[in-house]
Amino acid sequence: MPAMTMVEAINAGLRDAMTDDERVLVFGEDVGRQGGVFRVTDGLQRDFGTKRCFDTPLAESAIVGAAVGLALRGMRPVPELQFDGFTYPAFDQMFSHLAKYRNRTQGAVSMPVTIRVPSFGGIGAAEHHSESIETYLVHTAGLKVVVPSTPADAYSLLRESIESDDPVVFLEPKRRYWIRADVKPGARTEPIGRAVVRRAGADVTVVTYGGLVGTALEAADAAAEDHGWDLEVIDLRSLVPLDFATVAGSVAKTGHCIVMHEAPRTLGMGAEIAARVHEELFYDLEAPVLRCTGFDTPYPPARLEKAWLPGVDRLLDTVERSFSYDHA
Amino acid sequence: MVDVVQAEAELRPVQLVAPDGEPVGDPTRRAEVPTETLHRIYETMVVTRELDEEFVNLQRQGQLALFPSCRGQEAAQVGCAVALRDDDWLFPQYRELGAFLVRGITPAAVGAMWRGTHHGGLGFTERCCAPISIPIGTQALHAVGAAMAARLLGEDTVTVAFVGDGATSEGDVHEAMNLAAVQDAPCIFYVQNNQWAISVPLSEQMRAPSIAHKAVGYGMPGMRVDGNDALACRAVVQEAVARARAGYGPTLIEAVTYRMGPHTTSDDPTRYRSDDEVKVWAMLDPITRFRSYLERTGRWEPEIEDRARVRSMTMRTELRDAIFDAPDPSVLELFDQVFAQPSPALLEQREFLARELAAEG
Repeated sequence: MPAMTMVEAINAGLRDAMTDDERVLVFGEDVGRQGGVFRVTDGLQRDFGTKRCFDTPLAESAIVGAAVGLALRGMRPVPELQFDGFTYPAFDQMFSHLAKYRNRTQGAVSMPVTIRVPSFGGIGAAEHHSESIETYLVHTAGLKVVVPSTPADAYSLLRESIESDDPVVFLEPKRRYWIRADVKPGARTEPIGRAVVRRAGADVTVVTYGGLVGTALEAADAAAEDHGWDLEVIDLRSLVPLDFATVAGSVAKTGHCIVMHEAPRTLGMGAEIAARVHEELFYDLEAPVLRCTGFDTPYPPARLEKAWLPGVDRLLDTVERSFSYDHA
Repeated sequence: MVDVVQAEAELRPVQLVAPDGEPVGDPTRRAEVPTETLHRIYETMVVTRELDEEFVNLQRQGQLALFPSCRGQEAAQVGCAVALRDDDWLFPQYRELGAFLVRGITPAAVGAMWRGTHHGGLGFTERCCAPISIPIGTQALHAVGAAMAARLLGEDTVTVAFVGDGATSEGDVHEAMNLAAVQDAPCIFYVQNNQWAISVPLSEQMRAPSIAHKAVGYGMPGMRVDGNDALACRAVVQEAVARARAGYGPTLIEAVTYRMGPHTTSDDPTRYRSDDEVKVWAMLDPITRFRSYLERTGRWEPEIEDRARVRSMTMRTELRDAIFDAPDPSVLELFDQVFAQPSPALLEQREFLARELAAEG
């Protein structure tokens, strides 16, 4: 099996999707001639021509709005919005139209659009290049939200997203772009909506996604070595639909649950998962569900992000806090 | 053939029929309009106005939540729509009753939107018309995307984005015109300049000499047309369509007209505009003008009026029958129209609401 970076895996996913279905179109800012600022679309214009892969004017609302019109006429657009922080101008088209078109046509019209967004922080980027936008999306009925954390999942989930008849926002964790791992060419992992247990453990369930999956696994190794704690790490992979069954199965076993994300704490995925765990697993819990997250501040400048982001130490502290309830 | 806006001197709207019905302007643009088409335009304009009245009545009787009247804009809408083929896609805002009727969309399908039973209207896309769209100007981008798709599909169809004067201030309309120009998209931006964006007059909307002038900035032809002259509207749209079908890209058309009624049934225009202004525009009425034109050019037949009246009565009755006390759809349908397959969370919430409804009996 060849080792691939996530960038290469996504490129392969786009390439295979374009080969299999001529309705698949790739467009956005700098995706054509340049092959994307992260080289994710490298070579696609050369190999598929300017009709299938093209640069657009610098206008995010136009990118998503045009995708709506293209999808209405049967295309499968896969636009890129260049950075998380530049998605906001396209929110109106995403929320008012892309997400609602099926409803506004009584189910007659599907919007098979996959919006790729290089996302989240941790790479020392400039302002507006490290945002976590998932809560806005998850809160909007009609959008699927997919967040891969490995090259193999990135390939597979991208193919599933493009084949989906629903609009998908595909959040690519930038800090995992250059992680290299084995990818079986053309292989699918699982459909959208299935979480995966990345590390089995008996003591505490850590629910996370995207860029922090690696952090959680690192923390689990440290916890085992230094404290003898056995962490179970769940990679959600898709936030909508949410595989709550996998979370519930794990929490029923461990009695402890921590949700970890970069996004600010208030009303983040942690709030939703904590609420549901409390509603459905109240008597299985040994401790309240805790959150290990970013803060309710603007994303910090590059030199401060290490202190701001949830990392190994903050997660281990949170685990300790969770255990502190046990014999209270 | 195309009125590219270059100077203020060229800004007089294209007019083929004067307000008194006298033929004016470039006769080649009037030539070869079959009598049958002329009669269809007249009849559809009359039916549009009659149904518009019926919609307003139904709203007053509590049968509709809201209705945006298109009174005064019949020529702009019908004139444009009759210049198109049935496979050309329309991207309406929400006031385009005349265009909907040309497309064969039933008044009841439109009424579903305003009664508050179904968002977007019913079955519009079966008639190559996008659903009714409330957020201002956003549909212009969909028209561009659909036009790009038409070229990829090897079609010679065009798309028409219906926007208003207020929408030209929106970023999406700018982005749409720019993208369409760059892509040579077969898309027509048809601006019904009805002078008022709810209570804000055009003079407070922009400082450009005209809306059509903006075309220069995008590198596309811009045309101004008398929006109360159905024949002129049809002619300029035909020219724009011919260019688009031949691969020469988009056109911006400004149809200068007037919203005779309130913005919607919830609006009171006496708070912001004078009766005198309304009276001036009433004298430019598009339907009276068109009838005078038919009479002056010897193409009027009394049966036309009879036919229009009978069709109006029939359609008004059909609309009332469809709308009056129409039953609500099941609220549970909402859960089936979020995704192609409902997610586990939606199924659970659907079940919850179903139980709640069952308990209420």
